[in-house]
Amino acid sequence: MLTYIIRRILYAIPIVIGVNLLTAVLFFYVNTPDDMARKILGEKNVTAAQVDNWKRDHGYNLPVFFNTPEEGTAKLTETIFFKKSLPLLWFDFGRSDRNNIDIGGEIKTRMWPSLAISLPMFTLGLVLDLFIAMMLAYYRGTYLDLWGVVLAVVMMSVSTLFYIIGGQFLLGKVLKLFPISGFDTGIDSVKFLVLPVVIGVLSSLGIGVRFYRTVFLEEINKDYIRTARAKGLGEGAVLFKHALKNAMIPILTNVVVSIPFLFYGSLIMERFFAIPGLGNFTIDAIQAQDFAIVRSMVYLGSILYIVGLILTDISYTLVDPRVRFE
Amino acid sequence: MPVILATDLIIFFLVGAVLYFVIASRKVGTLKSVRRELGKNRLALVCMVFLAFYVLVALLDSVRYRDAVIDDDGASAVSEDGGVIYSPEALSLLDRALSGMRTRTEKTYSAPFATHSYAKESMEGADGTIVRDYPPLKYPRAHWLGTDRVGNDVLFTALKGVRTGVVIGAGTTIVIIPFAIFFGVVAGFYGGVIDDIVQYIYTTLSSIPGVLLIVAFMLLFGSSGYQGGLISEVHVIWRAFVLNDRLFWLCVILGITSWTDLCRLIRGETLKLRELEYVQASRAFGIGRLSIIYRHIVPNVMHLVLITFVLQFSGLVLAEAILSYIGIGVGPEMGSWGNMINTARLELSREPVVWWNLLAAFAAMFALVLPANIFGDAVRDALDPRLRYR
Amino acid sequence: MLIVFLVLSGGCTPNDPYRASDTGANTFYSTFFEPPKHLDPARAYSSEEYDFLAQIYEPPLQYHYLKRPYELIPSTVEDVPAPAYYDRDGKRLPHGAAPEKVAKAVYEITVRKGILYQDHPAFAKGPDGEPLYMNLSPSDLKGVDEVSDFKVKGTRELKSDDYILEIMRLADPEIASPVLPIFEKYILGLQEYSEALRRDLDGIRKERREKAGLSYNQEADEKANPVILDYRKHKLPGVERVDDHTFRIILKTKYPQFVYWLAMPFFSPVPEEAHLFYKQGALADRNITIDRFPIGTGPYMMETFNPNMEIILSRNPNFHYEEYPKEGEAVDAEKGLLKDAGTRLPFADKLVFKLEQEVIPRWNKFLQGYYDNSGITSDSFDQAVSFSAAGEAELTDAMKEKGITLLTSVRPSIYYTGFNMLDESIGGYSPEKQKLRQAISIALDFEEYIEIFNNGRGIPAMSPIPPGIFGNKDGKDGVNRYVYEWDDAKKRPVRKSLEYARKLMAEAGFSNGRDKNGRPLVITFDNPWTGADSTPMINWYIKRMRLLGIQLENRTTDYNRFQEKMLKGNFQMFSWGWNADYPDPENFLFLLIGSNSKVKYQGENVSNYSSPEFDRLFKIMENMDNSPERLKVIDEMLAIAKKDSPWVWGHHPVAFGLYHQWMSNIKPNSMANNTMKYLRVDPELRKKLRQEWNSPNLWPLAIIAALIILGSIPAVISVRRRLGRAKR
Repeated sequence: MLTYIIRRILYAIPIVIGVNLLTAVLFFYVNTPDDMARKILGEKNVTAAQVDNWKRDHGYNLPVFFNTPEEGTAKLTETIFFKKSLPLLWFDFGRSDRNNIDIGGEIKTRMWPSLAISLPMFTLGLVLDLFIAMMLAYYRGTYLDLWGVVLAVVMMSVSTLFYIIGGQFLLGKVLKLFPISGFDTGIDSVKFLVLPVVIGVLSSLGIGVRFYRTVFLEEINKDYIRTARAKGLGEGAVLFKHALKNAMIPILTNVVVSIPFLFYGSLIMERFFAIPGLGNFTIDAIQAQDFAIVRSMVYLGSILYIVGLILTDISYTLVDPRVRFE
Repeated sequence: MPVILATDLIIFFLVGAVLYFVIASRKVGTLKSVRRELGKNRLALVCMVFLAFYVLVALLDSVRYRDAVIDDDGASAVSEDGGVIYSPEALSLLDRALSGMRTRTEKTYSAPFATHSYAKESMEGADGTIVRDYPPLKYPRAHWLGTDRVGNDVLFTALKGVRTGVVIGAGTTIVIIPFAIFFGVVAGFYGGVIDDIVQYIYTTLSSIPGVLLIVAFMLLFGSSGYQGGLISEVHVIWRAFVLNDRLFWLCVILGITSWTDLCRLIRGETLKLRELEYVQASRAFGIGRLSIIYRHIVPNVMHLVLITFVLQFSGLVLAEAILSYIGIGVGPEMGSWGNMINTARLELSREPVVWWNLLAAFAAMFALVLPANIFGDAVRDALDPRLRYR
Repeated sequence: MLIVFLVLSGGCTPNDPYRASDTGANTFYSTFFEPPKHLDPARAYSSEEYDFLAQIYEPPLQYHYLKRPYELIPSTVEDVPAPAYYDRDGKRLPHGAAPEKVAKAVYEITVRKGILYQDHPAFAKGPDGEPLYMNLSPSDLKGVDEVSDFKVKGTRELKSDDYILEIMRLADPEIASPVLPIFEKYILGLQEYSEALRRDLDGIRKERREKAGLSYNQEADEKANPVILDYRKHKLPGVERVDDHTFRIILKTKYPQFVYWLAMPFFSPVPEEAHLFYKQGALADRNITIDRFPIGTGPYMMETFNPNMEIILSRNPNFHYEEYPKEGEAVDAEKGLLKDAGTRLPFADKLVFKLEQEVIPRWNKFLQGYYDNSGITSDSFDQAVSFSAAGEAELTDAMKEKGITLLTSVRPSIYYTGFNMLDESIGGYSPEKQKLRQAISIALDFEEYIEIFNNGRGIPAMSPIPPGIFGNKDGKDGVNRYVYEWDDAKKRPVRKSLEYARKLMAEAGFSNGRDKNGRPLVITFDNPWTGADSTPMINWYIKRMRLLGIQLENRTTDYNRFQEKMLKGNFQMFSWGWNADYPDPENFLFLLIGSNSKVKYQGENVSNYSSPEFDRLFKIMENMDNSPERLKVIDEMLAIAKKDSPWVWGHHPVAFGLYHQWMSNIKPNSMANNTMKYLRVDPELRKKLRQEWNSPNLWPLAIIAALIILGSIPAVISVRRRLGRAKR
């Protein structure tokens, strides 16, 4: 088991390096340091000398990958890539371009609000998805199933933006049940979280229910279920004991991979509800073109994805002893 | 003078492919059964009608040409070197067909079928006094879905969004199909190091958060591209083509962020096919690998391509709206539902609420996405009976 | 869940975004749209930053809160300094001396005695008299996340050295002050001084790099061990210390506008203790920097700095005695603005700013009473404001019912559409080109633009100088005759007709928008617009230009690329704006002088307009005091600019502010930023009204519940039937 995990992590290293190279190419060639400097220095009275000074002070005056005039290893080390991109590998995110804040520290503090909203959204959503999907599977073929599926398809055909706009308008403004947006720390945050969580769960309900319903139906049509039924087990018992257990693999694939991303927050939700999480952080950085932050978030995102993949593989072995490591 | 955008080619390809399937389904065996399956499903047929309507609108909006500039004397204007001068405005067939709707603009908001403007204005009475009242519209009862802030017909704007929606939904998959098939088949068929490399490429790409990849890519390619509106001579190549098209780049990057699923599916299927008896047999007969791939593998993974295509369609249409919200979607002059929603967000806080813009975008989008979802399911069921339940 | 939540919120206003313990506190609630980047006074240069900075720091001067036109009054100094001019030989010149004779302009400033800084750990001293919190190591900082977490704090008196230090900081290459290029032109020896500091910095960096070898990472090293430049090593002749409370600033030219700068945060005092305190790597590591925790003498001090959520300023107990002004404009007493005359400032105990990036939630929370003030977005405008028969803005009945007050003020800024005067087809100074630009100026009907996009919140501009600034004339005299006619009967300007504009076009050689070969005139239009309004705004421009037969080619780009194009001169028409630094016509007219051209000199003259006569008059106008003579020169300048029409003058925005009835002492002041000390809140009234306005509507929930129950009845029936069948 341990060797398997280690091997998986070793496999991940080239991917991480690849991501790092790719982001360096994208971000340093797309947004030249001149652009960055001008944007950050402001709108009034920006001279070329100031741009040059800014670049020099922030280390953006170097070439991206290869510094020909330098000697020896300095050819490689005196570059933007070596100074700015490589340190990401050991989670040294550096400072933001725009206001010189410590990105690592910022990520640590912003992670919690993100988690505060995404964790309840995720668990509540999953439970609700599974429950409704199982109901539909149980009553398959009845009009309940038919309309349930129709409703799910209708719900997934509506853009998330409509859910958010409509929810804020109805529950926040007209009914005055919740604060329209905002956030607070500790227990005071609860009243702010209800609205986004409800909207978040609703907006993903359609897709979730439809997906898990097919998963359950696939299991139900298998031979062992027929055997179980033949044995005289009630439909409910069949569904909850046998089908659910065996449907765990597809469910896990879907679920485990997204667990690390809970830290990552949701761009749109956090924006609309003014949650000071990582999603909001990212959108701000995109709009202000602070690429030190965007780069860090790209890197963090890929790490979380890879962690998710590894976790998925490990979790398989826990639910299904037939899956072994090669 | 015709003008062809890169995304127009996508629409043409889409229409061509649809026609091909329709014709081929009369002859080819497997497609025949699919046709029969779909024919049995009434709901799917209704959805098909909806989709056909959308594709038709998109097609009409993709055939465009520039008029020659007409001189004062009625003849077309000629430049110093004798060439005819064309207007920089390339109107599509849709623009021309609905020119009434396009040109009959009001000053600002008006409700559906209204006779008067929606906002009060200070107007000068006949005696010079200033009255604040609802001014009458220039074209009363002409706007079925009302007008927006600058008085453009909302129905027309919604129809202009159709092309963007269809291009994003269809184009994204079309653009990446060749790559997905190539990489998927090669990886599955040859295995070994090639397989490792392909897997490495798609794991790396899919591990980068999609939105951020899109942002970087759109800043690199999208911002210099054609964003809708007037055609600038800088963008025209070979007299009629505008290949540097922001919407096209959006399709490409959305494709890059979503191709892994298709590639993985094709790879898996190829792995299976490779071991099948008839493929092994062809090998034993000494038929070249390339021709095996071409004859036996590729045709047998096409159903996966089709399924992915219809299933991804609706999600991509929805994604466009969100990207436009973040500000990395299509340009502001390109009609799109994302842009409409983005504008309409603010209108909800008006009092009285301006609801028709949001409703139009919602309805137009819903009427495309819902049928696409249902039809997608139907196609999948028909093509891949293993996945059918009930 | 809902019940739990209702219990938690502990009352009848479940949508209250604040904690229950805060109700009834004497706190002013407002918002900020974008987190401030720098709260370092040498660096901050945007209104979002000034909203905070101006409450904390006190530059020597401030604007009178009530008087108009804007008047400078002392803030921490004895009087507003008057410059003494000297010629090259050191001889004192009279006040009206010709600018070319002036070699030195000396401003002597006397700081008031007894002004104390806020309590701050930078001033904390140990028993030995040494600063307590210097050379901190990470382990010393356990449990310290904000400045308020330090146990010991101290204070000290404000001295002239603190102002001098700040002027030196302006030259610090590490701080990179945005106004350094401006002051290098004026303050004696500042340029040489800043170059010397830059050399020092480069020298230190080189030394460190060589010492550390190849693995040197400048960013990381300077974060851990900040470079401390020795400001005293080089001489800065532009600043002289006379004694503890007196210093002089010496300019190398006559620059009467300089006093206005003394009211801006760039000249706030920064104590050396603070400067050194914040140069500690261990603190920077915890994001405790001068950009986040300023130290000032002002009425408020930073309590919580959480730019992701909220920024809270609290009353500075050490704040020196300052009273509410006793006089103002004639109408101020009548409006109740002098009720607090002579009362000690400030009034509110706390200023709470919440981050609100979306317009809709912000507006709705204002209506619910959770924010005390609000600007009006265009889309909530109809809801809040209607126009009376006389065309004046007033509140709608719904707003009046809530007791909201509306205050309007013309901002000292201009949004204009410029032409690139270097462009071949649209620039140039021949009569044809002038006519072409005049025709476009007529076609771009800014009355309509303001009506559509700003809901009337703007004034069409006749010249670059906005109302309220010397040189602006309203009525018949101020009208731009190239675009408007004066209607004597209605007493207002009327835009010239489109026919006239088309005639101008024909005279310019573009009959119906075609050149003599019949080729349509295509003009490119650059703008950095984003957001919901950009599409309709672009369409409006296209629509208006088409009325002249001109094809407008829109080129929206992101702000960076837009600026790059402006800098390279690669554009024809563009949209830009300018916000005044100080209320003097010089600050607007300099946008049009040739030596300020963007393409040639990287200045702020984006249209690259250059007229020798205009430039000559500018030199004269610049050095005059506001007087009828000055007005005459300005009139001449404006006449030249109007004829050349390098800009479509566009409009001056009008700010509409809404305030709830529990607020008092509010008068919009576009120049002053430190106005929050004057605001008074009535927390009891606010508490009462908030409760009244926010009782939740629960009945729809009951309806939804009923619907769900009703809807599930058939389901239950069918399930029963099915179960029954299964049993059988």
